[in-house]
Amino acid sequence: MNFTSDLYLIYPEIVLTATLIVVVLFDLIFKRSQSWLPVLSLTGILAAFIFVVMQYGTNLPAFEYSTKNSLLSIDNLSTYFKGIILVTSFFIVLFSIFSSEIKSCKDRHGEYYSLLVGMMIGMFFLVSSNDLILIYLSMELLSLSSYVLSGFVKKSIRNSEASLKYVIYGSVSSGIMLFGISLLYGLTGTTNLNEINTILRGTNVIDISFILSIFMILAGFGFKISVVPFHFWTPDVYEGSPITITAYLSVASKAAGFAVLIRFIKSVFFSGISQGGYWNLLSYFDWQVVLVLISIVTMTLGNFTALWQDNLKRMLAYSSIAHAGYILLGVAVLSDQGITSVLIYFAIYMFMNLGAFLVVMLIANKIGSENIDDYRGLGYSIPFLGTVLAIFLVSLTGLPPTAGFIAKLYLFVALVDAKMIVVAIIALLNTVVSLYYYIRVLKNMYLVKDVIKTVHIQLKPLSFVTILLLVIPVLLFGIYFTPIVDFAKLSIQILGL
Amino acid sequence: MTNFPILSLITFLPILGMIVVLLIPKKQELAIKSLTIVITAVQVVLAIILLMNYNYSLGGINDIKSFQFIEKFRWIEITGFSWIGKIKIDYFLGVDGLSMPMVLLTAIVTFIASISSWTIDKSLKGYFAMFLLLDTGMMGVFVALDFFLFYVFWELMLLPMYFLIGIWGGPRREYAAIKFFLYTLLGSVLILLVMIGLYFSSMETLADGTRVFTFNMLEMMNPANYTTGGILSPLNPNNLRFIAYIGLFIGFAIKIPMFPFHTWLPDAHVEAPTAISVILAGVLLKMGTYGILRISYPIFPEITKQLVWYIALFGMINIIYGAFCAMAQKDFKKLIAYSSVSHMGYVMLGMAALNTMGISGAILQMFNHGTITAMLFLIVGVIYDRAHIRDLDSFGGLGKQMPVYTGFVTVAFFAAIGLPGLSGFISEALVFLGGFGNDITRVLAVISTLGILLGAGYMLWTLQRVFLGPLNEKWSSLKDMDFREYAMLVPLSIIIIFLGVYPGPMLSLMNSSVNTMVEFIEKAQAFYQTLGSL
Repeated sequence: MNFTSDLYLIYPEIVLTATLIVVVLFDLIFKRSQSWLPVLSLTGILAAFIFVVMQYGTNLPAFEYSTKNSLLSIDNLSTYFKGIILVTSFFIVLFSIFSSEIKSCKDRHGEYYSLLVGMMIGMFFLVSSNDLILIYLSMELLSLSSYVLSGFVKKSIRNSEASLKYVIYGSVSSGIMLFGISLLYGLTGTTNLNEINTILRGTNVIDISFILSIFMILAGFGFKISVVPFHFWTPDVYEGSPITITAYLSVASKAAGFAVLIRFIKSVFFSGISQGGYWNLLSYFDWQVVLVLISIVTMTLGNFTALWQDNLKRMLAYSSIAHAGYILLGVAVLSDQGITSVLIYFAIYMFMNLGAFLVVMLIANKIGSENIDDYRGLGYSIPFLGTVLAIFLVSLTGLPPTAGFIAKLYLFVALVDAKMIVVAIIALLNTVVSLYYYIRVLKNMYLVKDVIKTVHIQLKPLSFVTILLLVIPVLLFGIYFTPIVDFAKLSIQILGL
Repeated sequence: MTNFPILSLITFLPILGMIVVLLIPKKQELAIKSLTIVITAVQVVLAIILLMNYNYSLGGINDIKSFQFIEKFRWIEITGFSWIGKIKIDYFLGVDGLSMPMVLLTAIVTFIASISSWTIDKSLKGYFAMFLLLDTGMMGVFVALDFFLFYVFWELMLLPMYFLIGIWGGPRREYAAIKFFLYTLLGSVLILLVMIGLYFSSMETLADGTRVFTFNMLEMMNPANYTTGGILSPLNPNNLRFIAYIGLFIGFAIKIPMFPFHTWLPDAHVEAPTAISVILAGVLLKMGTYGILRISYPIFPEITKQLVWYIALFGMINIIYGAFCAMAQKDFKKLIAYSSVSHMGYVMLGMAALNTMGISGAILQMFNHGTITAMLFLIVGVIYDRAHIRDLDSFGGLGKQMPVYTGFVTVAFFAAIGLPGLSGFISEALVFLGGFGNDITRVLAVISTLGILLGAGYMLWTLQRVFLGPLNEKWSSLKDMDFREYAMLVPLSIIIIFLGVYPGPMLSLMNSSVNTMVEFIEKAQAFYQTLGSL
């Protein structure tokens, strides 16, 4: 094992770590010029992005400890997700500049941005790690930073409650996961995913404790991507945290969770690929049924619970649970095509979900509420933000000609190709249900006339540009989606398979 | 003329208009209104240009060479998918004798509706932007020949319609709007699923000889294009074609609306502003039957053949049930809404006959119902604008007070009843002739004739209650029609009377396409039968 020769493979992570250090030091030395912190973070993100772009196409193991078995896999899948994480982080830092919640904590911006970069580093290692120990460590790095960030506004009781709940649920699920990892280690004698795969290939008997250990590890991933029954923290934490963090958790943290889930399932169980891109799995246990059941329950519960929510942030939390259900279906297809649809879904989901949260935040900055009833008549007093929010919500529903439709279309194409017709029908009916709560916001903004609050929001040029950066892809990819699909289908490559 | 993208122009002109409307300052109300009217008028002109250059002898339906004004180029192309072949979606527009009448109808009805929108007074800018967006969606549905494109246009209409009913509608507008949206979305997801299934079941051969999955409707119609393992391919012994047909049919039937999926219609109509009711009844309902004729019939001919009796049965239920419901209404607008349910039943009955007369009758009835119902809703609008109520029993003797108006009402009512000399008669007669001509649908057609009697019943009863008898003094100050109302009702009356006296041009417009379709269904049916016996 030669550490120094592989260092170039983790330049993006090194750049982010340097950013973290610079942010902390800058905050210590120049206490008064906090407004430079986001600029520093953005610079770090951009630099890391350049390295990620340069790395795309590289498929190499980093830090090998024996032939073929490495700590990290630098492959297209991880690079794709790193791109998603960086773009999301870029937007989140921009959001943080406008957020009045963050502004209210005057002297602690250094803490905020350094933890944000800390989350990024955790996610970067998570999406490319090929070893259970590293998966666990990077997941903890991600989780610990996000526990603190979700309780960032100390004055707000809501924030503290969210943070505490997050810690409790998080530690329980990571404990379960760690137990699962130790079981798996006991059974196989290794923590490397590829080595586990090799051992599984050599044996025919699948022990009940093996299945139990996999379930326990899946619980840890399930917590990160917030699928039923590991979703209980999501609504409370999403509602309680500052909106910037809510948006970040709902996109980036979820993306990282899905990336590691995909890598884990494929690396551990993969035994070959059959015609049409379907994977043959090594287990006698039918993981597909488990995944399909979880995703159906997740999307149904998410959608039906969202119907009753009055707080827009909480509603978006449930909607993100429902979306996790749709995305998990793409994984459950267990084929290259399914993974492509997951990647397409994430790229689009990133734009539309961040957009929805941004508009909610800009409105909440002004009216101080996220209650859907307080949105009455808002469409008339702030026509631009109203229209933009309408576009994001329509896209989240999945209606053409917005990008959300393309995301759903590819998912259903993958499902129908896998002959999972009944599942596709359930997912489609879920879409119809989801229309009802998304449209409810529009109903309050445009259809209800009795209470017209005149709210004036003067958009700063920077926030205007940020909105455009989010809304243009949502419309453009709805009409011309070739680039996104081309990109996604190149990115399904997992190292060693 | 052949290379000019006239169909793109007629489809996307309203979107350009929408952008301009959004750029005009809010205060310039007159400019916004006039611009919309000008754009829809240009659409009418374009539709007439299309008609003048239309070659009546070409059939269309399943043969790309006999479609006209074709525009086809690659829209989405994704290559190199080793495990899925290539994905390719065409931007593919064209018209034949089935879509041409619908394009004309859309242009005319939208133009009339834009005049009717003149009285809209709140949030004008939003209204006309939505109106024009809706216009693009409707026109696009009728000219798209790629299933994917068709679906995008189909869904494009939902949101504008939701807002048009929900913001500018009557007291229960929120309920009506969401009900409309949920019903139609439920229908569209069924259509989406069948679309994806068909995509995986049919392949077209490209110029270089490679075979790729296709969204192209015409390629889907060709039995030779089916893959062996596709879930909707007849070559697959476990195919789901029957279930898919039912799903697709329900998706379209919600739009028609067919009993028992019709309950959104009365709500939507009663709450929608007049212009939107006109569009809803005049154009939107036709999309359901158009979709069945354009997609379900030629792609699933063998199942169509199996199920015609049921289609006719539901047509009959629509006719009789709609008429009875109409008879029970006290609200003028609701009465017209239920009469629409009844009249769309004739379209289904005609389609089910599967012969030239029946299908011609169905298409003609789609056109005629579009114009007649548009007129009926405008008539309700005229009286509602003046009296602000629509309760049938509270009027009486308006014939004396508003003689010219009553004249137009009589024309529209008699056309709806199917009085000879007016357009409704011709299409209903053809539908019944077609229905009698097919052994399977004969009995149902005979029962359906009852609908004419019932139709005459509720229409004449309404005429009597509102316009005849002593004048209710409360309404002695009502004025007769103004110029704007003439501008809407006169053209429609001319069309109705002209097509009643001389339906020839319209029938010859659709004739070769209808013949092609009937012939194609027979031939394909035979093909599928040999496939089944193998």
